[in-house]
Amino acid sequence: MKKRFSLTLMSLFAATVAIGSVSAEETGHTEIERQKWTFGGFSGQFDKAQLQRGFQVYKEVCSNCHGLKRIAFRNLVQPGGPEFPEDAMKALAAAWPNQITDGPNDEGKMFERPALLSDPIRGPYHNDKEARAAQNGALPPDLSLIARARDSHREASWYVHPFLMLGDILNAYQEGGANYVYALLTGYSEAPADIKMMDGQYYNKAFAGHQIGMPPPLTDGAVPYQDGTPQTVDHYSRDVVAFLSWAADPSLDQRKRIGWQVLLFLIVTTGLLYLGKKRIWANIKH
Amino acid sequence: MGGSTSSYVPTSRWGKWLDERLPIARLMNDSFVDFPTPRNLNYLWTFGGILTVCLIAQIATGVVLAMHYQPSDAQAFNSIEHIRRDVNYGWMLRNLHAVGASMFFFAVFIHIFRGFYYGSYKAPREVLWILGVIILLLMMATAFMGYTLPWGQMSFWGVTVITNLFSALDTIYNGLGTAVVEWLWGGYAVSGVTLNRFFALHYLLPFVLTGVVGLHIWALHVAGQNNPTGLDIKQPSDAVPMHPYATAKDAVGIFAFLILFAWFAFFIPDYLGHADNYVEANPLVTPPHIVPEWYFLPFYAILRAFTNSFLGIPLGQYAKLCGVIAMFSAVIIIAFAPWLDTSRVRSAKYRPIFKWFFWFFVFTCVALGYLGSKPAEGVYVTAAQIFTLCYFLFFLVVMPVVGLIETPKPLPRSITDDVLSKGRGAGLPTGATAAPETR
Repeated sequence: MKKRFSLTLMSLFAATVAIGSVSAEETGHTEIERQKWTFGGFSGQFDKAQLQRGFQVYKEVCSNCHGLKRIAFRNLVQPGGPEFPEDAMKALAAAWPNQITDGPNDEGKMFERPALLSDPIRGPYHNDKEARAAQNGALPPDLSLIARARDSHREASWYVHPFLMLGDILNAYQEGGANYVYALLTGYSEAPADIKMMDGQYYNKAFAGHQIGMPPPLTDGAVPYQDGTPQTVDHYSRDVVAFLSWAADPSLDQRKRIGWQVLLFLIVTTGLLYLGKKRIWANIKH
Repeated sequence: MGGSTSSYVPTSRWGKWLDERLPIARLMNDSFVDFPTPRNLNYLWTFGGILTVCLIAQIATGVVLAMHYQPSDAQAFNSIEHIRRDVNYGWMLRNLHAVGASMFFFAVFIHIFRGFYYGSYKAPREVLWILGVIILLLMMATAFMGYTLPWGQMSFWGVTVITNLFSALDTIYNGLGTAVVEWLWGGYAVSGVTLNRFFALHYLLPFVLTGVVGLHIWALHVAGQNNPTGLDIKQPSDAVPMHPYATAKDAVGIFAFLILFAWFAFFIPDYLGHADNYVEANPLVTPPHIVPEWYFLPFYAILRAFTNSFLGIPLGQYAKLCGVIAMFSAVIIIAFAPWLDTSRVRSAKYRPIFKWFFWFFVFTCVALGYLGSKPAEGVYVTAAQIFTLCYFLFFLVVMPVVGLIETPKPLPRSITDDVLSKGRGAGLPTGATAAPETR
């Protein structure tokens, strides 16, 4: 009796294995490579110098098309971020080319004024329609959340999947968005001969469909670094991705620091409670 | 349990005065201090306490979040970002609440599987079990509405897909489904109106849930706890008072669980979510893969298993209706377990055949969860159909039939006997005489 049941179970199991192995080979999708980030994993924190360089790349390149509306100039001063000096940020805000629409004034008119520390970092366009009109129909998204609003998935057979998940959970991996944006920024190349590119589109191997409206934004040497970091597309991409990861998750440093304190407290308490429980149950077989 | 056997003695005059007017201290004493719990409970029995902690944590964080959240289509997404960025420790509250929902479901699934394995649904615990299924349904409704509140792309499209399911009722009576859907939406599409009412219900349901949890605990304390042997408490030595014995064990379980909770909340708060929900809701752009939160995936897989045909049976225009009915039945059928299972033995420990089917049922649920996360195409659909069948066969065939054909292993005479026979030879059975049954 028992034998027959285990046989049935085994054949069901074999059937599922067969299903799994078929589904594994179905897709031809670009694997997004995992990069090393200072802020990755359970102990990673942002590198202040890298965030500052990343902001420089954003300011000199990205901000020509993209806004960063959920970050105010004051955020660039606060701890856990690039931590620029307050005076420098005040000056930067005042000189920011995309001014703040304020008002109405005493005559009932809206007006433009220079940004203050408390104002958001605005992009060049007042609304999506203006952006599309200027960008050949494409919409440059706001970058405040881009590092969290994108992700990269690994394709794996069903029986490998649980182990990959477990590995990611134990390694506290959640840099899928950063890896994707890095892959996108460094993913430009000439289109393969067999692909017909649409007008105004650029070939990018990381982008879904491989045709993207954004021209390759970075070129070697385009942003002059002051601290001796090599001025290459690779470094620019890493730095700006680190900066955007901070913009999407400004409390990361604090979150992980408090996280360790919480864990330590919980582990010690669990240990003590366990000892207490052992003592209480010592004379009772259970 | 009952007032007649109560051992509560008020120690102060004020306590005596209150006891004669509102014996609430007596109730607490009899329910949570002196309550006899089987001495052989393992750590799976700490999940009741863990779930209570989850519920309280969700309500506590949720109430504070609601103070900063704005339930309008224009401001919902912004207010979540405001909470994450500008409210003091708002990021922590938000993560605890969002991860807390997942932890709540993780714990409740283990709690339910434990019930299946040890036969906790059988007489006299049927009402207790049904209340549990009602709690599960309320949790699902609450979590579903809660997930719409951030008003990201996945929120919006999740609501759109799930509320649209009711339009399947059109195939029964023309116009019925459409009417129900418009009534749910408060309009002709998912909009800020929908968000508003979902917020109101998301705030209401947890308190309803708390009420049903109260009944659940009441029913538990009338029938008494099940235990790994599935035997009733027959003699004083089978039980220990809840405090300090069960409470000490619960405390260990709860804190160990909080370690897992903290790991997700502080180190990988996004792991269980979806990146698309960091994009503000846009009715004009549909995400390529609309997937619910992980805890709904098995049910989602069952829903989508009903395509034009189910394992070769053509469904035609009724495909959607069948999917919807199957999905809801998958939860409702759990409530019938007490009557579907024909075995008189509770614990799977003594049920050699059922034990195997139980583990295959667990595998089925996990497999359905995996398939729910995959696009509904090709082999995934076939696999989802097979496992959907397995899911329902577990209830409709395995439970009744195995109970009839299986020869259970001999049961121990009592909980005490079972406990004492475990380490036989390893030491003196001093535990029996030392059992501190004071009542």
